[in-house]
Amino acid sequence: MSQLSFFGRVARTWSVGDLTRYLRELLEGDFRLQDLWVRGEVSNVSRPASGHVYFTLKDADASLRCVMWRSDVVRQRYLPREGETVEAHGRLGVYDAAGQYQLYADTLRPTGEGELFQSFLRLKEKLEAEGLFDPAKKRPLPAWPARIGIVTSPAAAALRDVLHVLRRRFPLGEIILASTAVQGEEAPAGIVAALKALNRHARPDVILLVRGGGSLEDLAAFNDEDVARAISASIAPVVSGVGHETDFTIADFAADLRAPTPSAAAEIATPDRLELARSVTQARQAQQRAFGLMLQERRNELRTARAGLQAASPRAVLANARQRVDDFGLRARRAVETGLALRRASVRGLAQTLRAVGPAAVLARGYAVVQLQSTGAVIRSVRQVTPGDPLKVSVHDGAFDAVAGERSAE
Amino acid sequence: MAKAKEKSPEEMTYEQAFEELQQIVASLESGKMPLDEALKLFERGQTLSERCSALLEQAELRLRQLVPDEAGEYREEELDLEEE
Repeated sequence: MSQLSFFGRVARTWSVGDLTRYLRELLEGDFRLQDLWVRGEVSNVSRPASGHVYFTLKDADASLRCVMWRSDVVRQRYLPREGETVEAHGRLGVYDAAGQYQLYADTLRPTGEGELFQSFLRLKEKLEAEGLFDPAKKRPLPAWPARIGIVTSPAAAALRDVLHVLRRRFPLGEIILASTAVQGEEAPAGIVAALKALNRHARPDVILLVRGGGSLEDLAAFNDEDVARAISASIAPVVSGVGHETDFTIADFAADLRAPTPSAAAEIATPDRLELARSVTQARQAQQRAFGLMLQERRNELRTARAGLQAASPRAVLANARQRVDDFGLRARRAVETGLALRRASVRGLAQTLRAVGPAAVLARGYAVVQLQSTGAVIRSVRQVTPGDPLKVSVHDGAFDAVAGERSAE
Repeated sequence: MAKAKEKSPEEMTYEQAFEELQQIVASLESGKMPLDEALKLFERGQTLSERCSALLEQAELRLRQLVPDEAGEYREEELDLEEE
């Protein structure tokens, strides 16, 4: 780009591609054009095999080419129909090959839903500020919903879905249907009356407020202030199951529990029959175990008691006494024996002493004892002897006879 | 242990039967009772558990509906919508 002066410049020659790219960058660089709602009348709808949808939005002044890719088409609740006035959300871009700017739409809604949504938000804010959605106000669901109130239309597929789930999961329950229109002018008052009637006359343990999917307008009754207040005032806890997974209604916020669908509401509110059967089996096993354990304990006690009994029986006492007698006997005998032994030992000692001092020991050292044969008297003096007296001479290993000779005095 | 329980299991709802069954299990587990009483409890527990199982097997959803009358009140009626 050459520049001649401050104020003017030589016009640049663009290639079509560069220009188109430049325009696209302009459009895509403007955030206001990348997230917008456009209202207009639908025309020239075409839906080729690709699954994308092409249409034009127009009003009295202008028209706008629109395309919606297949991935967005499948998410729509509402698809454009020739001649209808709609609001399309998306971003502006440029289709280079055709040299066209167009709306890449991702969401479509009939005109009026925008206002509905705004009032939805306003009501939600208001009730929220009042504390109607306060988590602390949410009532817990009963573990055993013997009586289940249902508020819905008897013709609705939602009722069939709910009953199907309840038959499978919890056939022990009793269902009380309070039928009402769930769509149209009458619906809000009908739902309020049904909730009140159930609480007043049927006293259910839980209430399922259900309705199948639909447009925001179809679900309007569930975004009604009176309905929200009736839910909040319900004595029985309320489970809401309105529309599809992605639909949130004021009723959902006011309910004690929000389920994504009618079937899910029935599941959340009830125990499962299989689960119940399992706990019955467990209880049965637990009591068998407990009783078996008790028997075992009693058996052990009995065994202990029997052992105690045997120890205390007369026979045992007798045996015991006998043993004690035996013990005493033994001890006595032992005592006597010990005394004897002691005595024996001392006798033995004395004998030894005796022996040491006795004549035998003297004789053994070479002395002899001389006795008169006539009297046996031991000779201690020469005066006892007359020459010729027969004598008995004892030495340590025997004795021999002798005859006294001449006496000699010292 | 509550002693006012000579209700026949045949007349009991699932909820009543199961609750008593659980009480019996707890009593037996505490183990503090004469043996003959324990045996009685055990036998009753067996009967109750059979009653519970039977109720689970045989139960059929009861359908009723609230119908408004002329006085602006409501009464309960059988609901019959098995047109499938």
